Amino acid sequence: MMTVDFKINGKSVSISAEPDTPLLWVIREHLKLTGTKYGCGAGMCGACTVHINGRSARSCRAQLQDMAGKSVTTIEGLSAASDHPLQKAWIAEQTPQCGYCQSGQIMQAADLLQKNPHPTRDEIVRHMDGNICRCGTYPRIVRAIERAVKEG
Amino acid sequence: MNAPAKSPLAPSRRGFLAGAASLGFAFTLGDLGGVATAQAAETSGHAIGYWVTINADGGIQIAMPAAEMGQGSSTGLAMVFAEELDADWPKVSTLDIATRADIYGNPAFGGALITVGSKSIQGYWDKVRLQAASVRRLLMQAAAAQWSVPLAELTTEPSVVVHAASVRRLTYGEIAAFAVVPAELPAVQKSELKPMSAYRIIGKPVARRDIPLKVDGSAKFGMDVQVPGMAYGTILRSPVEGASPKKVDEASVAAVPGIIKIVPMKDAVGIVAETIEAAFAARSALQVEWGAVDFHGYASEPALVQFVERAKKTSEAGLPYVKTGDSDTAFTKAAKIVTAEYTTDYLYHAQMEPINITASVNAEGDGAEIWMGTQSQSAIIGAAAAILKTKPEKITLHPHFLGGGFGRRSAPDMVPYALGMSKAVQRPVKVIWTREQDVKAAKMRPMTAHRLEAAVDEQGNVTGWRHRIVAESVVAYSAPERLAQAKGLDPLTLEGAKIDYEIANQTISYLREIRGAPLSAWRGIGAGHNKFAIEGFADEVATALTVDPVAFRLQLCKSNPRATKVIKTVAEMAGWGDARPAERAVGFAFGKVVDTWTAAVIEISLDRETGEIRAHRAWVALDPGIAVNPDSIVAQTEGNVVFGLSQVLKERVTISDGSVDQTNLFDYRVARMSDTPEIHVTVIPTNNPPSGMGEAALPLIGPAVANAMYVLTKKRFRNMPLIPQRVKATLKDNGSV
Repeated sequence: MMTVDFKINGKSVSISAEPDTPLLWVIREHLKLTGTKYGCGAGMCGACTVHINGRSARSCRAQLQDMAGKSVTTIEGLSAASDHPLQKAWIAEQTPQCGYCQSGQIMQAADLLQKNPHPTRDEIVRHMDGNICRCGTYPRIVRAIERAVKEG
Repeated sequence: MNAPAKSPLAPSRRGFLAGAASLGFAFTLGDLGGVATAQAAETSGHAIGYWVTINADGGIQIAMPAAEMGQGSSTGLAMVFAEELDADWPKVSTLDIATRADIYGNPAFGGALITVGSKSIQGYWDKVRLQAASVRRLLMQAAAAQWSVPLAELTTEPSVVVHAASVRRLTYGEIAAFAVVPAELPAVQKSELKPMSAYRIIGKPVARRDIPLKVDGSAKFGMDVQVPGMAYGTILRSPVEGASPKKVDEASVAAVPGIIKIVPMKDAVGIVAETIEAAFAARSALQVEWGAVDFHGYASEPALVQFVERAKKTSEAGLPYVKTGDSDTAFTKAAKIVTAEYTTDYLYHAQMEPINITASVNAEGDGAEIWMGTQSQSAIIGAAAAILKTKPEKITLHPHFLGGGFGRRSAPDMVPYALGMSKAVQRPVKVIWTREQDVKAAKMRPMTAHRLEAAVDEQGNVTGWRHRIVAESVVAYSAPERLAQAKGLDPLTLEGAKIDYEIANQTISYLREIRGAPLSAWRGIGAGHNKFAIEGFADEVATALTVDPVAFRLQLCKSNPRATKVIKTVAEMAGWGDARPAERAVGFAFGKVVDTWTAAVIEISLDRETGEIRAHRAWVALDPGIAVNPDSIVAQTEGNVVFGLSQVLKERVTISDGSVDQTNLFDYRVARMSDTPEIHVTVIPTNNPPSGMGEAALPLIGPAVANAMYVLTKKRFRNMPLIPQRVKATLKDNGSV
């Protein structure tokens, strides 16, 4: 067991768990922020994507012992009123189907727009290609990102 | 105002609401306001029968029998109800997913609560409209009595009953507050239902109610359940189907802190821990010796060779599934006979949310509460009651959103493990399967082999069609009684095997394999493999006759206007017959899938070095009858194209020594954004009852790709998936095509 202090969605937390506990389970089951999803546990699907110090990361591959002093943002902390331009665009394009992967998709897309506010279609695809959507909402994810770019 | 209407049905209705709400896991499809409204219905809403409650402020909550897994039925069914009720759509929300099959069961499945086969809108179409019309009639009768005017003088506008002659109006909310609700609502005949021309809600693109919850993490899936005092569980299931744990080495997990109990079960070992990370860590460390079962000897690749040999051995007739005319004579008299064999491999669902279930068995062991996302409330409740040897009433199920279903969540196979672990530790246990476990315990689409034969007469007419299907039975694994009921003709394996071509003499037969593979329906059901064979072969026959594939289908559908329309539409959309860029080609496929008339064209290119196929553009035209929520139909169809490409280009389960060879999403690969083509969908609504939308286009994507590959390479690709090594092998093969 070890106790680690870090920030999540702007709030300081202190978590006691095994050092190698995946950040994913710390977020979901210790902190009960269940918007971040478990998909593969191996960094291959992107359902668990969060931001660590402002950059997208797979929370299933990050461990508690590496989190000291870091700042984590989950889908719950992306915007105050679910009104981030991507969230609005996601609704406008009626993007989600089952919805399970979409928190990860949105967090991954938010990372892109922070670095590159006007991505090309190819840049979008390259950046998003690690996030699987089994329902096949990819065309609408692309459209939603392009809409968010336009409508800000 | 007045005392709330007391229906004799009200207590159970309210009990239903209270039961769901009091546990704190009630969720409602709709925005957060919708949740508040539905819960408020407990005190202020007036139940009118079982299907609807109406608040004084006009809020209307509709019962929801179907699971929501992204297919949009929870919005679509509410639209259908609201249309017939003449409700003000923005005021409509839905109640918790229903669990009482006696009230809310799907007529398409003998009254079971099950969301499969794209049959929610289709199956409930009459039932929901008649229920809604009865409620509307009751509201009108109550208003007529209040105003002392004849019922015939009343009309409705959205959520308002109107008496035009006296310019009086009462809102549904006002009426619900005083209406006396009889034990049986007024009967309405089907002939009295609204005609398509009068629809206000149906047929317009409506925003899905579940979507806002799915962009901010607030949608609750089974994975997200939190129950006070719960422990965490996972399973290590036998790597070979059906094997039992012989020896469990508990010392192998002694070093993992927080383990509560190791629970050996019939074909798995349960691990219960204080945290999920401990349960997963123990699963990795746990050493188990498994018993021997016959399935140890099974390997899929040699089995498929045997399946093909059996398909070719026409001396064995098989069970006739379709027998029309006299195909023997047609073949004897044929001027030309075309023959080919096709195969498809096992598939895994790869739903994004790994299987999970939270269960709490009571102290007496004769009842349980279960929280999960499932495609079949009936199956879960039935399985749990059978396991605990108790009555279904003692099982309380709290349905949640599904992180993908695709058929995987139609079975209750996860129930015994959760009940076993909860019973063993006398606590609620949230059981989560690792992705690896989910892959290894795949409930697959069956592996299939097909032999097809077409007889052609002197004039070039197709006079005979034979199709022999060799595969295991899905229902023999999942619900054996259904195979007997169907007289051995598996309804899932054979689904989609019927052809919609005007060929007089047909024999379609089933040759059942018995190998013991764990099977289930997979998005597209039987059409997923059968249409691959049928539509690939149809192109082969067209080639043999030197007829264009689209023209060939039009000839074979000439007295079918709905088929003709979708075929012509998609050909026009795709510019069928136009010149293509170098190294690109288009392929076509057609079929009635889940009762929807569908045609697809895919444009592909091929990297001849790597054997990789890339889809560039896809066009789909479909006639789903009345298009309830057109944008949802387009969304489903886009998903079908992506899922279908994934199936034809990437997905494959192989089995060696009785175990699934694949492990996780690195070796069971599915389509990603970079695999996605530009997709164009045209929905052609007609005045027919709505048909299925969840899997209409998917089964046509595979054959359309294979047919395009023939155009590019002059080779037939008859084995799905068309993975690079197979493509390269076929390209090298100089044999006949």
